[in-house]
Amino acid sequence: MTTATIAGAEVQVNDEGFLTDPTEWTEEIAKQLAENIGIELTDRHWEMIRFIREDYAANGVTPGTRRVQAAGGFTTKEQFTLFPKKPQKKSAYIAGVPKPAGCV
Amino acid sequence: MPANKKNLVVLGAGTAGTMVVNKLRKKLKKDEWNITIVDSSTAHHYQPGFLFLPFGTYRADDIVKPKRKFIPNGVDFRVAEIEKVLPEENQVLLANGERLPYDQLVIATGTTPRPDQTEGMDGPQFHDTVHEFYSFEGSKALGEKLKDWPGGKLVIHITEMPIKCPVAPLEFTFLADDFFKEKGMRDKVEITYVTPLDGAFTKPVASAALGTMLSDRNVAVEPDFIIERVDDGKIVSYDEREIPFDLLVTVPLNMGADFVAASGLGDELNYVPVNKQNFLSDKYDNIFAIGDASNIPASKAGSVAHFAVDLFAENFVSHVAGEEMVHFFDGHANCFIESGDGKGMLIDFNYDTQPLPGKYPLPGVGPFSLLEESRVNHQGKLFFKWMYWNLLLKGRPLPVPALMSMAGKEEPKELETTEV
Repeated sequence: MTTATIAGAEVQVNDEGFLTDPTEWTEEIAKQLAENIGIELTDRHWEMIRFIREDYAANGVTPGTRRVQAAGGFTTKEQFTLFPKKPQKKSAYIAGVPKPAGCV
Repeated sequence: MPANKKNLVVLGAGTAGTMVVNKLRKKLKKDEWNITIVDSSTAHHYQPGFLFLPFGTYRADDIVKPKRKFIPNGVDFRVAEIEKVLPEENQVLLANGERLPYDQLVIATGTTPRPDQTEGMDGPQFHDTVHEFYSFEGSKALGEKLKDWPGGKLVIHITEMPIKCPVAPLEFTFLADDFFKEKGMRDKVEITYVTPLDGAFTKPVASAALGTMLSDRNVAVEPDFIIERVDDGKIVSYDEREIPFDLLVTVPLNMGADFVAASGLGDELNYVPVNKQNFLSDKYDNIFAIGDASNIPASKAGSVAHFAVDLFAENFVSHVAGEEMVHFFDGHANCFIESGDGKGMLIDFNYDTQPLPGKYPLPGVGPFSLLEESRVNHQGKLFFKWMYWNLLLKGRPLPVPALMSMAGKEEPKELETTEV
């Protein structure tokens, strides 16, 4: 665990650069994180990021592809369009929540 | 039935439900509470055995016993299909039209592999070149297939998380590698491990400790693979990657029971949203969901169900007496990981603490080693079958605490930075 300065804010990040405390997240930070991985945020990106953050806050776990589709209204195809190649990992990174993980 | 007696109805007589009725029959007075448990099947499967059946380590009759044998006296066991729960009426409607009234309801109907949820998965290839080992029938069929399979491309695949026993696909991979080596045909089998996650190992400490276990065994890993469909001899992802197979061993999408959805009690995967510390439904204060059937962000595993039931039984007695539930579940899981060649690993973790190295259950002593291969760990896994049938299901105490302990664990060190 290390401290990083992102968009002028001092935040805790893990070894992969993911925020470890979702409450430290701001929209400014999200913009910087998106830029880090070459994604330009459109309204639709923001809608999905907000859904992921709200769902994580409610359930304590980052929603998977099917949940983002069924409960969030973003088809899997659209998730791939918005966050190419790795929609789960990239969207979690920008949303400031843990990446979807197994138990080891 | 005296009118003043209350009814506890438990849906599902698997690992969690069976433990619940054993614990609660001892705690609830027989002249105050009737207990009924409902399941559509009379056979209890030792599910960790599904991993061993395909390799001939266990025979089918090693891992099946009658459910009735584990239901205590004083509990009414009903073999019936569940149509739905009518939560506003406090009744369970069975498929035969009968209604079971309840004062308290426990949903313990687990999770089930659903090959029908992925295009092409349960087509004509199913049980031929496409297999799964998360059901008794599937595991047996895969065993028959492997007996004389000549080799080729073996693809081991996870559809989507969460799945029951999340380490099982890794264990299957290690055991398959070992199985083909023993048969002298490992060079004829190309193994690929395909996962929707960003790697086979996703937790930092486990990745650092175990990260080379697949490459050491010459297993290729295909990460971030979100499956769209199974085609003839290949799986295809949403971003149009194709992985050819001669034998696909997939973990289909796991879902809770369909009656949960029909009752308006489930999320998009039919899991019941509950409080993750005490398993009480978010919607009804007389409905609990325990074991794999709930949406708690813990591993879907028998050990989690076991620790959860220990706390739940205490809480339930308080709840029905109108008192606060004072025991808080921490998501504790404790899982053996078979690694092949007569060895195994053990992991012990909870909601907040990732698997760490160390000794278990006695700090510094073990006998089990955490996050490290050993023969004792493998023997522990094999011995666990006896514990399951003889202690665990019957609700007898096991020599391990319900909540996770940091004693014996080594705190993680700083790890190297990696790219997203």
